[in-house]
Amino acid sequence: MSNHEGEFYDTGWRPKNDVHRDEDGRPHDHPGLQEDTSLGVRAARALAMHELLVEKGVIGPSDVDEDIAARGNVVPGNGAALVAKAWVAPEFKATLLAHPKQTIAEAGFVPEHNADIIVLENTSDVQYMVVCTLCSCYPGRLLGPPPDWYKSLEYRSRAVREPRKIMSEFGLELAEDVEVRVVDSNSELRFFVIPLRPPGTEGWSEDELANLVTRDSMIGVSAALTPDAVNA
Amino acid sequence: MTTVHDRGGWPTDEPIDREEHEWADWERQTRSLIGVLDAKGIMNVDQMRRGIESMDTAEYESAAYFERWSASMETVLVEQGVLTTEEIDERTQALRDRWGYTG
Amino acid sequence: MPAFSAGDRVRVRDETPRHHHRTPQYVKARRGRVVEFIGAYLNSETRAHGGDGLPRVPMYRVEFDMTELWSEYTASATDKVWIDLYEHWIEHDRGTGD
Repeated sequence: MSNHEGEFYDTGWRPKNDVHRDEDGRPHDHPGLQEDTSLGVRAARALAMHELLVEKGVIGPSDVDEDIAARGNVVPGNGAALVAKAWVAPEFKATLLAHPKQTIAEAGFVPEHNADIIVLENTSDVQYMVVCTLCSCYPGRLLGPPPDWYKSLEYRSRAVREPRKIMSEFGLELAEDVEVRVVDSNSELRFFVIPLRPPGTEGWSEDELANLVTRDSMIGVSAALTPDAVNA
Repeated sequence: MTTVHDRGGWPTDEPIDREEHEWADWERQTRSLIGVLDAKGIMNVDQMRRGIESMDTAEYESAAYFERWSASMETVLVEQGVLTTEEIDERTQALRDRWGYTG
Repeated sequence: MPAFSAGDRVRVRDETPRHHHRTPQYVKARRGRVVEFIGAYLNSETRAHGGDGLPRVPMYRVEFDMTELWSEYTASATDKVWIDLYEHWIEHDRGTGD
């Protein structure tokens, strides 16, 4: 089934950016909003709860905006930089695999907040693929928000049952003698994958290599890009 | 017995839709609001998950991702006496009046 | 002192408590092997209901053959699922029967 997201999103309704606010964060009426007339009831109730929590002093008026801003810069590129460094520096890779949380923090990134982080290395013999069948656990502090498909009921249902078919849909045809390990995330741990370094990249710089590391390859559903793919 | 959130291995022939939707502001706000509540020790992520898992099956399956978060946040905050259903109803109606949306 | 070590054959308890838990249905009553003891973690089963998650519970990474989980799985005999489970969800697998 689909998420029916098209029916709910892109309503044109923009509370945060378009609404003028009082000093305490409460929005003023805004004439422009009269044109925007649809918002799902769960969305509206979330905004209502936000207002009430601010009014009651449970949270501060700018807490949410500050949190949004703090998360705004997290992109898959953070993980890609770590992968590229691991590809060129074996000692760094060994440390990253052995002490991920500390190594990621030392590299200047935020490892995870509510959970440990585990780094898994794909090789020519083993392909890791990450899912969270129960919810949507994902190393979002490092890689940014998970893609919609990762959170979909279809991926969560199928990943542990037919991983090779999913990889095939994502463009990765795996040899039968490669062992697939589907990692079903626990709430206390987050996983990210170092994909196999593509052939033909000998002597490349970390920056060049990082361009080959896609978000999906760090989830393990696909391989890193090949030099041909980026030069095409 | 399987509950609605426990999806691993469920038979489905549905392909995986790889199209990304653009986040609406309310989605960012809802995600961050729950992050703030967690950081302040008012509602932890395990409570959030439990609230999602307690959703009605039909709503769970049709709800967009952050609509589930909203439903769970309401469940937990009401249960803890931080907010009441009545005041959320009233404020939702007030937003409706103030901003003129329907839905 | 963790009760299980790498290589131990284990079976996942076939229980469905009403409280929140992170052991998915598809591994319940299934047989697997402990990959490693990964540490003691806060108990999400009590945290989900307002508790503090203490005491911490030993957690194990357990691997399952796909062929154990899905009778129709034919893509490769060596494919696996890895999942981290709390100690109270697994027991030593001593027999071949149920």
